[in-house]
Amino acid sequence: MSQLNTKHLLGIKDLTAEEINLIFETADGFKDVLNRPIKKVPSLRDVTVANVFFENSTRTRLSFELAEKRLSADVINFSSSSSSVKKGETLLDTVNNILSMKVDMIVMRHSSPGAPHFLAKHIDANIINAGDGTHEHPTQALLDSFSIREKLGDVAGRKVVIVGDILHSRVALSNIFALQKLGAEVMVCGPATLLPKHISSLGVKVELDIRKALEWCDVANILRIQLERQKMRYFPSLREYSQHYGVNKQLLDTLNKEIVIMHPGPINRGVEITSDVADSDHSIILQQVENGVAVRMAVLYLLAGKKAG
Amino acid sequence: MQKRLLLDGKLLQITISRLCQHLIENHDDFANTVILGLQPRGIYLAERIKKTLEAELKKTIDLGYLDTTFHRDDFRRREDPLKPNQTKVPFIIEGKNVIVVDDVLYTGRSVRAALDAMTTFGRPAKVELLVLIDRMYSRDIPVEANYIGKKVNTLESQKVKVELKEQGSEKDNIWLINIPE
Repeated sequence: MSQLNTKHLLGIKDLTAEEINLIFETADGFKDVLNRPIKKVPSLRDVTVANVFFENSTRTRLSFELAEKRLSADVINFSSSSSSVKKGETLLDTVNNILSMKVDMIVMRHSSPGAPHFLAKHIDANIINAGDGTHEHPTQALLDSFSIREKLGDVAGRKVVIVGDILHSRVALSNIFALQKLGAEVMVCGPATLLPKHISSLGVKVELDIRKALEWCDVANILRIQLERQKMRYFPSLREYSQHYGVNKQLLDTLNKEIVIMHPGPINRGVEITSDVADSDHSIILQQVENGVAVRMAVLYLLAGKKAG
Repeated sequence: MQKRLLLDGKLLQITISRLCQHLIENHDDFANTVILGLQPRGIYLAERIKKTLEAELKKTIDLGYLDTTFHRDDFRRREDPLKPNQTKVPFIIEGKNVIVVDDVLYTGRSVRAALDAMTTFGRPAKVELLVLIDRMYSRDIPVEANYIGKKVNTLESQKVKVELKEQGSEKDNIWLINIPE
């Protein structure tokens, strides 16, 4: 197999294990490129990409923009806070206006789940979902699994626990799909109020006790508490959350094994994870960011690589 | 499927020895010269040349692998994007004499991509091209080899197939194959 069966990357749910592995093998090549003196290849020089962000982002947006530039694509950026969306323009109108300027690919983040799926039905360009509400964040899951594969050799057979706000997290859902497709065992852990009611129907283990979860796993992916998405109180206070679910050095020291610590960022230091854990040797948080560029290059390359109409 | 043998194992060995003698003639003791094998198939020939040169010169010769996938000019113009192979250039090529090695020279487009890929590692003093088989009169761009194992006049409908033991073949053989329409 040397190409994806899909024109868009809307979610991990639509990908096969074979396609995910193709993305990883291609990303290996790009990781190599990123370590060269000249970190740029000409593959996408006749492609224009629009980064359309209806929601705030630092990492994902910079990472996509860098990936696009390393592939020699032309890049335009759009953020809703400084645009005509404020004047009442619809999503479809906004995107069609961008596309009429001869844009080939759209990287979109939107607060509504399904927004990229809606666009895919109405427009011709390739769409990459950079996060849609509480639904999916496929490139984050790809770079997370890619980082596990890099650190531990393989994802299959590994035990991964996703800790924290599973209810509001698109990273959690995409990660569950990706890890399961690649053959890992997945557990979610967090306060009962932040676990979706029927989450176990996805085939994941559910654990309320952080210590038991950490004892079980090889890798802990610790999510950010997303206060901006929480319209009601799901736990009494941040201090109480950090006492019950925060990962700190004392807790890790009591385990008689080493586990890999991941975090999709941005970190709330001292809430879900303490600084001494985030900055420790077990943490691959910065490698995740580094791998993000290579993985996104691979996705852009594979989607753009289909013969131009 | 009709096929004609271009080189067998014995002739291949003689050809490689000849190419190596020619290289030594021009590059002396390889003090400032490195070899770059082109992925995916040029690397096996490059390995053999390295081995032959090392036996002759009694010193280690620098060899790297160069993958040109991301520098090709047919991206978005072929049905499937190509999968990349490993690039390994464990030495500095800035100011060096570089011998680019590939198995077959056909349209010249891979070599163009290789020259482009190589410049991302630095500016070599001089670049030369060595190929085992030169398919004459079929160039799309003005690229010629400095060292040639065998020149062959071929049709567009034909294919050169290189079978080497390193690639899993039982014997070393290089064939010219007629592809049925």
